Formats: sequence, C-alpha cells, structure tokens
Amino acid sequence: MSDSSLRDDRLASRFDLLRRESRGGLVTFITAGDPDFARSCRIMKGLPGVGADLIELGMPFTDPMADGPSIQASALRALKGGQTMVSTLSMVEEFRTEDMETPVILMGYYNPIYAYGVARFLEDAKASGVDGLIVVDLPPEEDAELCMPALEAGVHFVRLVTPTTNASRLPTVLKNTTGFLYYVSITGITGTGTASNDEVKGALQFLRPHTDLPIAVGFGIKTPEQAADVARYADAAVVGSALVEKIAESERIGGDSVEAALMFVKDLSSGVRAARSGAKR
Amino acid sequence: MKNLNTYNSGPEKDGRFGIFGGRFVAETLMPLILELDEAYQAAKADPSFDLEVGRYLKHYVGRPSPLYFAERLTPHLGGAKVYFKRDELNHTGAHKINNCIGQILLAKKMGKTRIIAETGAGQHGVATATVCALFDLPCVIYMGEVDIERQQPNVFRMKMLGAEVRAVASGSRTLKDAMNEALRDWVTNVENTYYLIGTVAGPHPYPEMVRDFQSVIGEEVKGQLKDLEGSDRLPDTLVAAVGGGSNAMGLFYPFLDDINVDLIGVEAGGKGVASGKHAASLEGGRPGILHGNRTYLLQNQDGQILDAHSISAGLDYPGIGPEHAWLHDNGRAEYVSITDEEALEAFQLCSSLEGILPALEPAHALAQVIKIAPKLPSSHIIVMNMCGRGDKDIYTVAEALGVSI
Ligand SMILES: Cc1ncc(COP(=O)(O)O)c(C=O)c1O
Repeated sequence: MSDSSLRDDRLASRFDLLRRESRGGLVTFITAGDPDFARSCRIMKGLPGVGADLIELGMPFTDPMADGPSIQASALRALKGGQTMVSTLSMVEEFRTEDMETPVILMGYYNPIYAYGVARFLEDAKASGVDGLIVVDLPPEEDAELCMPALEAGVHFVRLVTPTTNASRLPTVLKNTTGFLYYVSITGITGTGTASNDEVKGALQFLRPHTDLPIAVGFGIKTPEQAADVARYADAAVVGSALVEKIAESERIGGDSVEAALMFVKDLSSGVRAARSGAKR
Repeated sequence: MKNLNTYNSGPEKDGRFGIFGGRFVAETLMPLILELDEAYQAAKADPSFDLEVGRYLKHYVGRPSPLYFAERLTPHLGGAKVYFKRDELNHTGAHKINNCIGQILLAKKMGKTRIIAETGAGQHGVATATVCALFDLPCVIYMGEVDIERQQPNVFRMKMLGAEVRAVASGSRTLKDAMNEALRDWVTNVENTYYLIGTVAGPHPYPEMVRDFQSVIGEEVKGQLKDLEGSDRLPDTLVAAVGGGSNAMGLFYPFLDDINVDLIGVEAGGKGVASGKHAASLEGGRPGILHGNRTYLLQNQDGQILDAHSISAGLDYPGIGPEHAWLHDNGRAEYVSITDEEALEAFQLCSSLEGILPALEPAHALAQVIKIAPKLPSSHIIVMNMCGRGDKDIYTVAEALGVSI
C-alpha cells in the first residue's frame, strides 16, 4: 500500500494505538441486519463506546459452511428481515457519519460479493468506509478473484490462519495478507470449542517470526476471562458467536437486544483492558 | 484447457473447467484438499490401484452392468432404438457405489479412519455405509430432515449397515444443507476424517475424481454397444438425469470427444421452471460459488441460495457439478428439464412396460427419452442411464398418486 493510503489507514492506526497503550484489542463480530436493520445499526454505532476496538460486520449468507448454529441463526434472522448487500454497506456508511476511527472489516462468504459484482463491490465498500475484508471461502489459491483487486482498491484483505496451516503453507497464506492476521484457534466451526492458553501461546510463537502483521485470535472465545487470556498474548481477541448469542437470547425472552449486546461488550472490554495492566508484554 | 482439440483433458491443475470449479474452501480445509489431490493423482497414475478398484467393481458391485435393449418401450415409442444402461442392478441399487469403492480405497490408502458423507435420496448414504461396513470404518451420514422423511427405507438401510445418520435441521433441510453440515464436520475433524462426496461437485479434486470413478459407466457402454450393434457403432444420443451430475458425467465423459454423440442432461423441473419450484440450476440459475466450486446456482439477486424443489430427493439440489456448467456454456452438451409430473408418468410407464421400477432420478431421464424418441428414426440409438432402482421411491410415488400403502 502506498504511503498516502497508509496515512489514512484506520487499521494500522488502531493497532498503533493499541501498541502505545500496551494492550490487546477487542474485536467484536455482529451480523449486519441482526436482529433487524435498525437495531443492528444501533448496536454497531454503540460498539466503540463500550470498548470495541475493531468491528467485524458479517455479511449474511444462507449457507455459511464454516459457521456454527449461533452465527447461522443470526444470518437467517438478518436475511429474514430483508438484509441485502446494499443495506449492509449503507450500515457502514451510516456508522461513518459518527465514527471515522474504528476500523470496520466485512466478513462473510464469496457468493454475495460475486453476485454484487467484484469491481462494484470494492468501489462501494471503499466509499462506505470499509477498511478490510475477511472472506472465509477464498483461500490464497483463489487470490485472483477478490484479494488482488481488493488490495489494488486499497481495501485490506485479512486472512485466516488455522491449526492446519503448517510451516510449509504459511508463506502462501501470508503472502497477500494485509491489515492483520486472524488466527482461528481451533479446527472447527465458529462458536464451538475453545483453545487452551498454551495452544494459543504456542501458535503465536510459531507465527510471530514469520510476520510483522498484528495477530488477532478468535473462534470459541465466550467470556470476558477468556478474552482477557487471549488479549494477554495476542494483538486482539475476537468475539463473535457469544455476542450474537446474546442478541438471540434477548430476542427469545423479548428483551432489549441492543442493550444486551452492548452490556456484554462492555464486560468483554473491561476484561481485555485489565489483562495486561501492570504487566508489559 | 491443455489441449484445445479435446473436451476431456479437464480440469486444469487448479481445478478449473473454464471459469467453473476451483477450490473455494476455508483455510482449515485447504491443506486437506491439497493432500487429497496429491493422493488421488498418485493413485490415478498407479495401475495397481486401478486393478483393485476393478476387482471390487466386478466381484462386489457386480459390474459390468448390462446394456439392455428396451424391447417393449422401443416399439411403444415407435422411433429411436432405446437402450438402458442398467446401473440400477449394481449392489445397493444405484450408480453411487462405483464412486464409493474408488474413494474408500483411496481413504484407506491415505490412512483415514473415519468416513463422513452427505446424502439426498439416501442412495449415496447407503453406498457409503456399505463400503464402510466392508472396510470396517466408522461412518457418519448427514441427511436433511425433509429427505429423511421421504426416504425412510434408505435411512433404515444405512442404520442396518452400521452407519450413524445425523438429521440436518438447518436451512431447507435437504441435500445442500446436508453438504454444509458434512463440511462443518470435516473442518472440525481434520485429523482422521475422510469426506466421501457423492457427486461431481465440491472443491477440486472431487469433481474430477468422482467423474473418473463413474466413467466406468460410459466406458462399458462403448464396448457393449459395439458388441450389440457392430464394431464401430457409437450411440447417437446419451441421456442422463442430473442432480449434482455424477451418473451423467460417468456416462458422458468417455464420449466427450466423439462429437457426433449428442449428450442430454436432464435437470429436475419440479413444478415447472416458470413456477420457481424446481432444481434446474442451468436453466433457472446463474454462476456463483457454493460448496467449494463455481457453478450455476439457484440464487436470488443478492447471491443468497434458493431452495430447490423436486419430487426426487436425489435431484433436489440448487447447484450442479462444474464440469456440466462448462459443457453447458461451451455447448458440447444440452440440458433440459423434466417436471415432477412427467417423471411420475415415466415411472409408471417403465414399470408396466419393461418390468423395471426406475428410481425417480432416472425417471426424469426416461421422460426426456419418451419426448424425443418418437420423432427419431429407427436407426437412431439412444442410451439412457438407468442409474437407480425405484424401490426407495415407492412411498413418494404412492403418495403422489394418492394411494396409501
Ligand atoms: C439413483 C440416483 N440417480 C441420480 C442421483 C443424482 O446424483 P447425480 O446427478 O450425481 O448422479 C441420485 C442421488 O441421490 C440417485 O440416487
């Protein structure tokens, strides 16, 4: 990326800030349009205020093959409410009227992007204020599809590294990854198991020598304590299913899902912020 | 393609058939898919692997399956000469076992100790459960709740064979959702598990591998027709039903470069393509990405996958194998659709005329034969793939005909 685009690179600035504050960040995942467009917007806008450092916004898809029941259900709730790619991008646009600093990463599957048209998607995403993309079903072998055009358009392409990514494969995965690296700490779908602290530590030790990119760790983080544990070693902890589950739970009992989601993020954030207090990395 | 003068050199090394195919999977699966490709290419180049597959196909599956001249249907239709490739006579009652024998031997070779599969009609599930019993491997079959309901006999068969059948309650609760769930299982159990995909879909190398294992169908037809009709006689038209497209690819592939042989793939038209309730991905869909490959998909404007509909559980899938998408776009094969009603009529006609209860899947192919044969001369030879028997479908057919059994 050129120097000029780096200067207004929200992702780089945010990880710089975290480094200066000597703490790991909190990345929160919500599905755009869950439980409905209006409330999803309110949740998104409220996230920075309760301590989310980065926002992953899920682009709902009918067939999320790497997601567990919680995120599957949230995508279906959003789609049922009429969420489309256009409305997802307009959520980001609206968010940007209030917040120009918090990085927003769109996460999802390739088909809705492909249907929208790659060139048009990148143009509109960039214009809406999207900083990066995580597209689960686009491995490096398919970089010509979206990764290269995204980098060209000045949109980060964040890649997942998994426990099956071995040393011989790692350079391939790192090659066109920008912004940060997302370490998926378990083999499995979202919202299932949790990796042990030692496993996470070991993975980070394996990855650090190969890259200068910040490393976020996710999959299976459910509590403020777990988020804190991860944020002690990683540059950021990602919480998705557990947050989406709070929304679902609140919907089930007829509660205020905006309030429920934001309260949970506040707890997560307190955990993450306390994790390294006193202990420099 | 490597050689522009041939249709059967595909796919490219990256798994592409033209723009279709590819490897659109999560990173967790990518190393496994590369390992599988390597293992499969090694096996493909190893004559002893081929011999072993051949031995099981002969002594366990009962191949070669006969090529039967439909002696009552042909005069009844009064036109082209109709042959059935009798793959419904295979052990387990469909073509699915051809692929399962090949893949289970590969899984063994790779040292895998647990097998998973998706199934729609249950035929692939039964075939997988069968080879898992034979090779003493634990087996988990994912099947949509809707399909479990309409294919009860096969669910029971799988259980008798020792497989665990896991009901899939997500999405449309049919084949596509079973495939999602199998992929989720695979992502979770990467160490020991082999995913035995039942059709020419999924990420590379599955479309190529499943096609290769099913190509025994077309190869046999080539030899058998020469014996029956004279030394250089090729069929004029091949007709096969297309769900994911494995029985059709198996029949077509050895004939791709025989350009005078017409290839007709029959998709499930459900209640009619215009009604929106169908499974005709080529006729009613457009290119997109699902289950690891780019192909024609039933989807809305926003790239969300639509539910397919067909009376035949085995055809009830919103996609199609990428090689078919490619053969469709380059015009080498023609694809048509047949409605539930037309398939039901063909089912009844075949049963009473030929004494063969066809599965509802090949009943779609037969309905197309019934449409075209009368207009063709008696010198024209049609070979239709009778890829499964209809015993599994009697409840569905009875219900559609308003009979309670
Ligand atoms: C008898 C039979 N024919 C056809 C199919 C459809 O699969 P394919 O298109 O891969 O042959 C099935 C699938 O279950 C089947 O059982």
